[in-house]
Amino acid sequence: MNLQLFVYGVYPYIAGTVFLVGSALRFDRDPYSWKSDSSQLLSKANMRLASNLFHVGIIAIFLGHFVGLLTPHVVFHALGVSDVEHQYVAIAAGLAFGSLCLIGGVLLWLRRLLNQRVRSAGRRMDMFILSWLLVTLSLGLSTIPVSIAHARAGDPSVMLALATYVRSIAIFQPDPAVIAGVPVIFKVHLFFGMTVFLLFPFTRLVHIWSVPFGYLFRAYQVVRRKSVIVR
Amino acid sequence: MKVRAQMAMVLNLDKCIGCHTCSVVCKNVWTNRKGVEYAWFNNVESKPGVGYPRQWENQKIWNGGWVKRKGRLELKSGGRARRLSNIFANPDLPEIDDYAEPFTFDYAHLQNAPLSEAAPTARPRSLIDGSRMEKITWGPNWEDDLAGEFAQRSRDSNFDDVQKQMYAEFENTFHMYLPRLCNHCLNPACIAACPSGSIYKREEDGIVLVDQNKCRGWRMCVSACPYKKVYYNWQSGKAEKCIMCYPRIESGMPTLCAEACVGRIRYMGVILYDADRILEMAGQDRERDLYRSQLSLFLDPSRPEVVEQARADGVPDSWIGAARNSPVYKMAIDWKIAFPIHPEFRTLPMVWYVPPLSPVQSQIDQGRLPTEVDGAIPKAEALRLPVRYLANLLTAGDEAPIVSALNRLIAMRSYQRSVHVGGNADRRALDAAGLSEDQAQEMYRYLAIANYEDRFVIPTGHEELREEDVYAFQGSNGFDFGKEPGGRSSPFRRPERHEVHPMVFMRRPQAGKA
Repeated sequence: MNLQLFVYGVYPYIAGTVFLVGSALRFDRDPYSWKSDSSQLLSKANMRLASNLFHVGIIAIFLGHFVGLLTPHVVFHALGVSDVEHQYVAIAAGLAFGSLCLIGGVLLWLRRLLNQRVRSAGRRMDMFILSWLLVTLSLGLSTIPVSIAHARAGDPSVMLALATYVRSIAIFQPDPAVIAGVPVIFKVHLFFGMTVFLLFPFTRLVHIWSVPFGYLFRAYQVVRRKSVIVR
Repeated sequence: MKVRAQMAMVLNLDKCIGCHTCSVVCKNVWTNRKGVEYAWFNNVESKPGVGYPRQWENQKIWNGGWVKRKGRLELKSGGRARRLSNIFANPDLPEIDDYAEPFTFDYAHLQNAPLSEAAPTARPRSLIDGSRMEKITWGPNWEDDLAGEFAQRSRDSNFDDVQKQMYAEFENTFHMYLPRLCNHCLNPACIAACPSGSIYKREEDGIVLVDQNKCRGWRMCVSACPYKKVYYNWQSGKAEKCIMCYPRIESGMPTLCAEACVGRIRYMGVILYDADRILEMAGQDRERDLYRSQLSLFLDPSRPEVVEQARADGVPDSWIGAARNSPVYKMAIDWKIAFPIHPEFRTLPMVWYVPPLSPVQSQIDQGRLPTEVDGAIPKAEALRLPVRYLANLLTAGDEAPIVSALNRLIAMRSYQRSVHVGGNADRRALDAAGLSEDQAQEMYRYLAIANYEDRFVIPTGHEELREEDVYAFQGSNGFDFGKEPGGRSSPFRRPERHEVHPMVFMRRPQAGKA
């Protein structure tokens, strides 16, 4: 098996499996470790700016990738969005939210590096995963000039190839061959991105699973009873 | 009517000597771990003072507790969506320096230092990052016994509407101790603010706990609690709080802070209350009505219809019986000498306080104070502590109930003095305060003698009614930190039910159950 086939045909499934099974195991076996691991108590300075920029940025980017790559092609066409328009929207959104995320992420990274308290209270994995996300993000941002060149030339083929590839992975009919010809920067970004999923269950990222949507709908007070009522 | 039972506490501030025994026993058992060195589930503050964490009472800073907005009861920090929008960085979260940076001393240096002319010293070092701390500038009890400047201490928000400048003068100084712990409220703001729903109130005894396995560290509870009695463990990333020593309560024993109190100032007992009316009573329009509205929630356990409903709602007979002998009921409802702390926060706290008289004997001897009819005991309004200050602390500013309580405490003394010193019972002060002789005798027994069995009327928990098979717990560790005894977590061991806090109590598989 050649490297291209392994990295883009097999590795996504390894990463995905570790992501899902690892998360489930950790949630089930070690729920005490399942948390956001905030360090805001130790140092509040800049946290509102940095953390909000980072989180808003990364959530928007995640949703952007999700919608942009997994929505079937026909839907965009039915909505009257041409491929080149789609490409410009992706570029603009990616640039905007990527920049927010990068600014926030770098601020958080510097805080983790330079703030003595945060540094000593943190775990090595915290710094590692933040750095990994920032590298992935930077790779993603550096695909933008390439994409702009494609869009200006009216050539959406790379974007379509990437979307086709991602869909092929999602429907369990991996077709790594479609991205054989895309510029290497996309491929490297893809590899780093998939690896985030591989690392996910071993990091504080697990708190993403616990987005508390339920809070919006539950009653304010929670009362639990442990014993039966004897009448 | 829905009857629920609450394990409640009363602290008689008149007898607190500020020895901190309560804080120390609590810390030694529950928070002597990394990540919560700075946390005191129980602490004792010198008042007036800004307290721990700094200015905790000033909700303009922290946005804790509830408010009435447009006719609706809402958390002061905003609604649910607002809270979620602040989840990435809680704008109201205190910083650890607001509590005090935890530190230790270089004790080893005392033994290891080379021979020198001057004696070696043990210098402080941060427990967070191990760095040298040149000067300690704040601590959890920095204002002990009125330490520091009046200008600093007088930021105490109980000074609202008090002409405070006169209390800066040495002759007019007043001082009291305020031991504080989680109030195990009937309408807790911490529970309402928890995005993951990990904090809960136990129906059986009203104890408020954080489910450690469900807590995700969103830290909204920390700022929502207006008493700042939920703490963020910066090591484990989980919220922790006073657990009212529930393993002891379940066994019929008082909390450690209450048990260890050398002044015998703490009382624990059951209060039955109407859970259906919590929101209505917490949502009174006027803040000054909140003390009385909370009182009106409490049910008289001697009334047959209350007993009947309590049984129907699953309150065991032993708890109904304990409610009848509850010292908390006597002080809060029969004698009306105990009050909730800051009822204006609208959480309906269940740790209540008997306001302190203040010793002014030399003033009386010099004939400077107006006295009660017996000529020996000062009038409540003439005491050193401004009534207004106590009212701001205990009744949202309503002075009448405070004056009445102080008068009753004084009348009881006046009466006892006449019995023991003069040999003739003088009932004049009692009549003026609206107390019977029997009540005065009982108050004397509870407040002055304070026998153990009068102070603590604690029915055991009913483990036999547990839905889980309790025999399956035999031979288990008791508690752990979600890890194997060796300290490592294992993907091959399933953790057991996790109601507990701050440690995760282990539960063995439910043997016996198919």
